[in-house]
Amino acid sequence: MTEPGALVSGGWLHPSLLLILGALLIPLLRDRMQQGYRILLSLAFLWAVWQTVPGIHAAFGFLGLDLVPGRADKLSLVFAYVFALITVIGTIYSLHVKDNVQHVTAYIYAAAAVGVVFAGDLVTLYVFWELMMLASVWLIWRRRTPESYAAGFRYLLVHAVSGVLLLAGIVLYYTQTGSIAFNQMDITGPAFYLILVGFMINAAVPPLHAWLTDAYPEATITGAIFLSAFTTKTAVYVLLRGFPGTELLVWLGAIMALWGVVYAVLANDIRRLLAYHIISQVGYMVAGVGMGTAIALNGTASHAFTHILYKAVLFMGAGAVIHMTGKSKLTELGGIYRYMPMTFLLYMIGAFSISAFPLFSGFVSKTMVVEAAAVDYRAWIWLMLTMASAGTFLHTGLKLPYFTFMGKDSGLRPKEAPWNMLLAMGIAAFFCVFIGVYPNWLYNFLPSPVDYNAYTVGHVLWELQLLLFTGLGFFLLLKYVGGDAKISLDTDWIYRRALPRIVGWVRRVGGAAWTGVVRTLQRSLEGAVVTLMRHHGPQGILARTWPTGSMVLWVAVILAGSLLLYYL
Amino acid sequence: MIDHLPALQVVLPLLAAPLLLFMVRWPTLAWAFTTAVAWATFFVAALLLEQVWGGAVISYAHGGWEPPFGIEYRVDTVNAFVLLIIAGISAIVMPFARDSVEQEVDSNRIAWFYSAFLLANAGLLGIAITGDAFNIFVFFEISAIASYALIAMGRDRRALLSSFNYLIMGTIGTTFLLIGIGFMYMMTGTLNLADLAERLPEVRDTTTIRAAFAFIAVGVSLKLALFPLHLWLPNAYTYAPSMVTVFLSATATKVAIYVLLRFFYSVFGAEFSFGELPMDHVLMPLALLGILLPSIVAIFQDDVKRMLAYSSVAQVGYIILGISFATTLGLTASMLHLFNHAITKAALFMALGAIVYQIGGTQLTRMAGIARDMPWTMAAFVIGGLSLIGVPLTAGFITKWYLLLAALDSGYWPIAVFLLATSLLAVIYIWRVVEVAYFRERPADAPVVSEAPLALLLPTWTLALASILFGIYTALPVGAASRAATILMGGY
Repeated sequence: MTEPGALVSGGWLHPSLLLILGALLIPLLRDRMQQGYRILLSLAFLWAVWQTVPGIHAAFGFLGLDLVPGRADKLSLVFAYVFALITVIGTIYSLHVKDNVQHVTAYIYAAAAVGVVFAGDLVTLYVFWELMMLASVWLIWRRRTPESYAAGFRYLLVHAVSGVLLLAGIVLYYTQTGSIAFNQMDITGPAFYLILVGFMINAAVPPLHAWLTDAYPEATITGAIFLSAFTTKTAVYVLLRGFPGTELLVWLGAIMALWGVVYAVLANDIRRLLAYHIISQVGYMVAGVGMGTAIALNGTASHAFTHILYKAVLFMGAGAVIHMTGKSKLTELGGIYRYMPMTFLLYMIGAFSISAFPLFSGFVSKTMVVEAAAVDYRAWIWLMLTMASAGTFLHTGLKLPYFTFMGKDSGLRPKEAPWNMLLAMGIAAFFCVFIGVYPNWLYNFLPSPVDYNAYTVGHVLWELQLLLFTGLGFFLLLKYVGGDAKISLDTDWIYRRALPRIVGWVRRVGGAAWTGVVRTLQRSLEGAVVTLMRHHGPQGILARTWPTGSMVLWVAVILAGSLLLYYL
Repeated sequence: MIDHLPALQVVLPLLAAPLLLFMVRWPTLAWAFTTAVAWATFFVAALLLEQVWGGAVISYAHGGWEPPFGIEYRVDTVNAFVLLIIAGISAIVMPFARDSVEQEVDSNRIAWFYSAFLLANAGLLGIAITGDAFNIFVFFEISAIASYALIAMGRDRRALLSSFNYLIMGTIGTTFLLIGIGFMYMMTGTLNLADLAERLPEVRDTTTIRAAFAFIAVGVSLKLALFPLHLWLPNAYTYAPSMVTVFLSATATKVAIYVLLRFFYSVFGAEFSFGELPMDHVLMPLALLGILLPSIVAIFQDDVKRMLAYSSVAQVGYIILGISFATTLGLTASMLHLFNHAITKAALFMALGAIVYQIGGTQLTRMAGIARDMPWTMAAFVIGGLSLIGVPLTAGFITKWYLLLAALDSGYWPIAVFLLATSLLAVIYIWRVVEVAYFRERPADAPVVSEAPLALLLPTWTLALASILFGIYTALPVGAASRAATILMGGY
C-alpha cells in the first residue's frame, strides 16, 4: 500500500527541496561567507527551476493517495520562473540584513510557493499552502514591533481559516470524486465553494482582503518584497488552474481592481498604499481567470509575471526610502529625490510599469486582460478595469512619488540607498523595460499560443490619452488647491479630507449600525469567554480537583446508565 | 528461546524488579540495570511483532497446560503492536530517566522507584499479551499498584492525594472488571478469551452477560480515562515525577483502550457490542464531549503539565471516537492514534521534564522567555505540539486524516467538521505556551538557566523526530494499524 517516496526522480531535483535543505544551512555560516552562499543558493534555485521541463517528474503513493509533487506544464512553469527570479532579486536586496530567521523563512516561503505551483494533487498543494503561511508570518514578526507582532498574528489567523476551509474542501472533493488530482474543478456543491473561498482568501478578494493591507506594511523592509510576490500570486495560479471561467470571479475581480484603488486614497503609509494596489492589480488577474478565454488566461499569467517584478521594484523603492529615512508616511516625506536620485529613477520605472505606460511591462500584460474584456463584449467590466487603470497611475505613478520624492522639502537629507538595494531594483527594473520593449520573450512562456499585439496604434493611443489626462488632472488639481505643493496641510486636505468626506458619510451611516453589531458581538464573545472560564478555568467545575466521592458518584451514574440501556 | 518469547516479554521485567532491591545503595547501577532490561524487553517486543506481521498468531501455553485450561499468552498483530508501543516508550524513556529521576526522587528511593517502574511495565505488557481474562485483571492490579507508588514518589505533597484518588478510582475500575469477568465465568465456565468468544453467543441474551458487559465497559472506561470518568487523570499526571508522566501518559491509557477493544470486538464480537447493544451510541457522545470540554479546559490551565494532561483526555476522546464508528477505517484510525499519540505526548512531556529539570516547575508564568535559554527543548516542544495539532508532515496529521476519512465514510459530516474545529482548540493551547516561551521577555528576577543536558535532550528529540518521521514514513504504523483493525473486525 504505502511506500516511502522520493522527491527526486529521473534526475529531476525538486527545486523546493533544494531550497529548503539549502536554507537550513544558512545559520551555520557567517558574514561574507553567508552572503555569498545565499546568492549561490538562490541562483541554484533559479537554475533548478529553469532546468525543469514540462512533464510529471515525481509521483508516489502515500496513505493510499496518489501524490504528485512534481507536475510541470507551461502554466506552472511561468509562475515558477518568476518566483525563482524574484527570490534571487530579493536575496540581493536583503544582502545587508543580518537576521538568520528572516533568511531561512524567506527561502522556505519561496520554496513552498514553488511547491504549490508544481503540486499536481491537492494534498501536496495543501501541505505547501500551510508551509507558506507558517514561513511567511516570520517575515512580518521579525520587524519586531508590537504592531508587527499583532498584525502577524491576525495574518496567521486569517490564513489558518483559509487552510481549514481548503482542507475541508479537499476532503469533500476526495470523497466525492475519489481522486485528489488538481485540475480544473469539475464538481459542484460545497467542495467547490470551500476550495474556492480558501483560494480567494489568499488572493485577497474583497471582502476577504483585509489581512493583506493590514500585514504587509508592518513586515520587515526586505520581507515585504517576498510577501508581495508569493502569497497572492500562488492564489492566482491555483485559481487559474482550478477555476477558469467561473463567472463570479469576473465581477469580484473587477470590483477588486476598483476597491484597491479607491481605498488607496485613504492610505498615508507608502507601503500600505502599495499594498492596496496589489489588491487592485490582483483584481485584473482574478477577472481574467473568471473570463476564462485563452486571451484572458494568457493575460492573467503574463500580468502575474510582470506584476511581481514591477511591484517588487515599487516595494523595494519604498523600502529603500524607509530604510534610509526611517519614515514611512507621505506627510512626513518629500523632496528627497535630490538625495536618492537612483532610487527615485528606478522607482519611477516600476511606477510607469504598473501604470501600463507603453514600453513598460505593465502595458503588454494589463492591456491583454482589458482587451479580453473588450472582445468578450463585457462593457461594464471593461469600464471598471479602465477606471482602475487610471486610478493606479494617479496613486502609484503620481501621488506617491510626488509626495515622497518631490513636493515640499521635508528637511530629510538621506544618503542614497546601499548598492545591493539599488542592484536588486535595477535587475527588476531591467525586466520591466525589457518585457515592455520585447514582449515576445514573455509571451513564449505563456500557457497558450499568443496572437496578441499590444503595440497597435489604437492601444498605444488610448493608453497614452488615459494616462496623460489623468496626469493633467492631478497637476491641475494640485495647482488649484495648494498653489504651492510645499504645504502639506493642503495635500492632506485632498487626500485625507475631501475624498474621505464622501467615504466618511457612507461610513457614518453604515458605521453606526456596524458599531452596534460589532459591540454586540464583542459583548457576547466576552460573555462567552467569561462563562467558559467559569466552567473550564482552573477553578471551574470541569477542571478543579474533585473529591474522591464525587468521582465515584460519576462512575455509579455511568454504570447505572449503561445497565439501563442494555436491559431496555 | 524464540518459542519462549511471549513468556520472556513479561517475565523479564517481572523478575528483574525484585533484583533491583539489591542495588538500593547504588542508584546508578539500578538505573543501568533497568535500562538494560527495558531495552531487552523492547527487543523481544520487536521480535514478536516481526513474527506475527504476516498474520500469524502465536499461542503460548504456560507450564505446558494447554488452553483453555491453562493460562494462554496469545500474540497477534493487534497486541504485538501495543506491546511494541509500551516496550518502545519505556526503552526510550530510560536514558531520559537518569538525570530527571535523580533530581526528583530521593536518592535512597531510586532503586525502589525503578523496581516499581519495572513492575508497572511488566503489568502493562502482561495485560496486552495475555489471552486469559482473569490474568488481565491480575496484571491490571500489578501495573496499577506499581503506578500508585510511582506517582506518590513525586516531590509535591499533592502527589500523595492524587495517588490516593487514582488508587480509589483504579480499584473501582479493576473491581468492576473482575465482577464482569466473574459473571462471564459463571455463565460459561471458562476464562480463556478465545474460549469465551466461542461460548458467549449461546448465553449472550441473558441479563447476566449484559450486566457483565456493562461492568467491563464502565470499569475499563475508568482505566482509560473516558470523559467523564477521567477525573483521576489530570492530578495524577501533573504531580507525578516527570519520567512517570511520560511513561504513563504514553502507555497506561493505551493498554486500557486495547483491553476495551479486545472485549468489544474479540470476546463479545462487534455484532453484539455495536449491533445488539447500542455501544456506538454510548461511546460517540462521550467521545465528542471528551474531545471538546477537556480541550477547552486545557486552554485555561496555568500549569503546562496539567494542560497536557487535559489534552491527553481529549486525545483519548479521539481514539474512542474512532472506535465508536465500528468500522475498519475507524478502528485503523484509533489503532494508529494509539501509536502516534504515544510518541507525540511522550515527546511533549519529556520536553516539559527537561524544563522541570532546569527551572523546577511548569507554571506558564515561570516559562516566560524560556525559549531563549532552552532553544532545543522548546523546539522539541513545538514539534510535539504541531503533531498534537495535526499539522501535515507530522504523525498527528496521519491520524487526523484517517479519522476524517472514517467519519466521512460512515456519513458523519458534522463530526468531520467538528474534528477540524477542535484541532483549532489544540492550536490555541499550544500557541499559549509558544507565545509565552518565545515572545515574552524573561522576567528580571528569574533565575538564569541554561539548556538541558544532552541526556535529557537526546530522548526528547528522538521522539520529536519520530513524530515527524512517522508523519512521512507511514508504512510501519499504518501497516500495523490497518492489519490490527482487520483482525479485530474479524473476531477471534
